[in-house]
Formats: sequence, structure tokens, C-alpha cells
Amino acid sequence: MSAVASPGRPGSFRQAAAILAKDLRIEVRGRHAAGTLLPFAATLLIAFGFAFGPGREVLERTAPGLLWMAVLFSAVMASRRAYQTETEDGALEGLLLAPIDKAAVFLGKAAAVTVELLALVVAVLVMVVALFDLSIGSPLPLVAAFALGVVGLAAVGSLFGVVAESARTREAVFPMLVLPLVTPVLIAGVRATDLAAAGRTSEAAQWLGLLLAFDVVFLSIGVLVFGYLMED
Amino acid sequence: MAAAAERALGKATSRNGERILGSLAAVALGASLVLSLVVAPPDAVQGEVQRLMYIHVPAAWLAYLSFAVVFVGSIGYLRTRKTRWDRIAGASAEIGVMFTALAIVLGALWGKPVWGTWWTWDPRLTTTAVLLLIYLGYLSIRRISDNPSRRARWCAVVGIVGFVDVPIVHLSVVWWRSLHQGPTVLRLGSPEIEGTMLLALLAGVAAFTLVYAYLMTLRLRVGRLEDRAAREALSPIVEPAVEVEV
Repeated sequence: MSAVASPGRPGSFRQAAAILAKDLRIEVRGRHAAGTLLPFAATLLIAFGFAFGPGREVLERTAPGLLWMAVLFSAVMASRRAYQTETEDGALEGLLLAPIDKAAVFLGKAAAVTVELLALVVAVLVMVVALFDLSIGSPLPLVAAFALGVVGLAAVGSLFGVVAESARTREAVFPMLVLPLVTPVLIAGVRATDLAAAGRTSEAAQWLGLLLAFDVVFLSIGVLVFGYLMED
Repeated sequence: MAAAAERALGKATSRNGERILGSLAAVALGASLVLSLVVAPPDAVQGEVQRLMYIHVPAAWLAYLSFAVVFVGSIGYLRTRKTRWDRIAGASAEIGVMFTALAIVLGALWGKPVWGTWWTWDPRLTTTAVLLLIYLGYLSIRRISDNPSRRARWCAVVGIVGFVDVPIVHLSVVWWRSLHQGPTVLRLGSPEIEGTMLLALLAGVAAFTLVYAYLMTLRLRVGRLEDRAAREALSPIVEPAVEVEV
């Protein structure tokens, strides 16, 4: 906070980095991701196993889809959580009054959710490989698909997470809003994972392009419109 | 006194405009009904069921038209902060959701006899379904009513983001289908279409557009009345604050 008080405010990038660091510190200390998100994702995967198992063949074929479903639902929860910590103790008002760019708040939040989700993806991936027998033909496009996909999910989630927190009496509003919007991430992510698992790298690359386009579009929109969501 | 007269005038013109649009829409609907049921011949391959197209295509057109209006209204609101733009966006979203649902149901009714299935994951169908879901989400945000100006801002952002998302959704679904070709569906064939059939289709599109305009005027008037009722209910206590809000 001393940086704000000193003459010459820090640039938007450093402001976003400060928000990112703050959110990650809260997560590390509160252990929400480890304590709630991870068990949630594990529960989902086990439930999927019951729904589609125990035949190995079906599980193996549906694994990329189940993996992304788990990531998608976790993204919804993580985005909501990112603003829950702000509304408690009136922290959001402090954030609004602070002389920082609203766009920096958005980017910082999105970055924090991205980091959390990436950590989660690693754990979920291990579970899916173990539980559903997913074999990974070419790891590089797989890593890229998750990195790009998670950024897109975090962008949409961080944009509307503030709505979710303020509309807490209407629990279903937030997932109802986010899930249809991220349809391209789900489709492209699952296809890329599927192709990467089969070792078809060049075909997976096409989907990575779509994920990248989605990320660029939604990060740009977020930077442009996030301020309007946060006016009071 | 002058203000009251002005208001009365404004109301009269809007009611008049409403009546004119309503009559035009009724006439156009009647004409399109005659054209599509009597004048246009039954389809050579599909038979009578093809006539559903004369209302399915206009309904789908209205879906996209209304959501484009939501997009414009949302930008208009964020730029000017005039409640009028928010009312336009909200009214158009409600009408759009209705016609999107109608287009999907009509498509399913047509698909069963012609394609042999109610639903197929065809890119256009899938995009339309996602469109319906996005704007159902928009309407659920509209129902959050604790703070009108905040609600208007949130809705405007959703109206913009949702519309920008549609081409990306469509692209992803097109690729998804092309790489994952399911059972081949019977297509409408080459777009060569008989003269009277085309006429019936265009008449349907024109009639539905007039219906849209008519419903918009109705919904906007209801919206104005809603806002006024809310304002008058509050006026003894917080008149100045509410004036600023609107």
C-alpha cells in the first residue's frame, strides 16, 4: 500500500500484480482451494465415475469431457470465491476507493483465479489419469489447452464474479450466466485434450487458436467494461 | 400545466403509434398467413410440413434482431445513462427470448417428420440454443431489483458480452461438428426456391418484424409505467434522489 501513497502511482500492471499477490496470499492462508475446491472436484470425478463406469472403455472415452466439466464447475466456484473475500468486512469498498484502475482489479483477479485453477488442473489431471485411464499421447498441446482454457474461464468468471456476490440471494444466476458464455472454452478444451491424448498434435493446434482468440476477446472486454460493474 | 400537456401529447402519440403498428402487424400477419397456407405450393419433397418454415425462419430472424437491439441498447445506456436505453434493451431481450424459444420449438416440430429427429447438434441449432441460454441468464440478472441503476449497468454489460460471444460460440460449434461428423442429416438441398414460396417467406419476415415493433412499443410503455409507479411510490420520501437516478 505504500506504493500508492508515494508520489507517482504504480502503473496498471503493477496494480494488477498487487491484486494478484493479495488474492494468492489470501488463498494460501485460507486454504480455500485446497480445502474446498479440490475435494469438490474429486467428488465430481468420483460421481462421474459412478455415472459412466465401471466399464473402462466408456470412462476412457469420456475422460477429456469429464476433466473439463470438473474444471468448469471449479472455475465457477473459484470466481465466486474471489469476490466473496472482498465483500466480507467491506473490503470491496476499500478496493473501490483505492486510487487504482478498475481494469487492474479485473486483471489481477483473473490472474489469481487462473493460478488457482492451474494448480487445481494438475491435481484433477492426476486423478483423471489414475481413475479413468486417460493416456496422454502428446503432453505439450495438452498443457497449452489447459493454460489457455483456464485463462478464458478465469476472465469470464472474474468479470461476473462481482455480480454473483452481490446477487447472493439468487444462487443460480451466476452459473446460469457463465456456463453458456464459456461454451467455446468447453468445446475447444475438450477437443484439444482429446486430440492431444491421441497424439494428434497438429489437429489440436487449431483448437488452441480458438482458445487463444477467446482469451484475447474476453480479457479485452473485461478491461473495457469491468469498471461499469464496479461503480458502487 | 405545460409539462402536463406535453406529457399527455407524448402519451397520445405513443398510443397512436402503438395502434398503427398493431394494425399493420395484424394485416401483415393475415397476408403472410394467406401467402404461406394458400398461395405457396406444398414442397415437392417435404410436403405440407415445409410450411412451418414460413414462421420458423421469421422467428429465428427476430431472435437475432432482438439481441442486436439489446446490444445497441446496452451500449446506449452505458454511454448516455438514460433509463430509456435500458428499457429498450430489457424489452427487446424479453421478446427475443420468446422468439428464440419459438424458433427452436418450431424447428423441432419440423425436424421430427423431415429429419426423423426432434433435435440434432447442427451448428445453427446449437448456437441458437446457447443464445437462448445466454439471454435467459440476462433476464435473470434483470430480475435482481434491489438497485435500479446498478441493475441497468449490469444488464448492459451482460447484453454487450453476450452478443460478442455469439460469433465465437458459432465458430466453435461449426468446428466441433465438422471434426465430429455425426449421422448425416437431410438438408434442404440447393437454395433454389419457388417464387411464391420466397414471397411467403419474405411476407412472414416482414410481418414478424412489425409484430416485434408493436410488442416493443407495448413493452416500453409498460416499462415507463413501471418506472413511474416506482417513482411515485417513493416520491414523498426520496424525490430528489430518485430524480437523479432516472
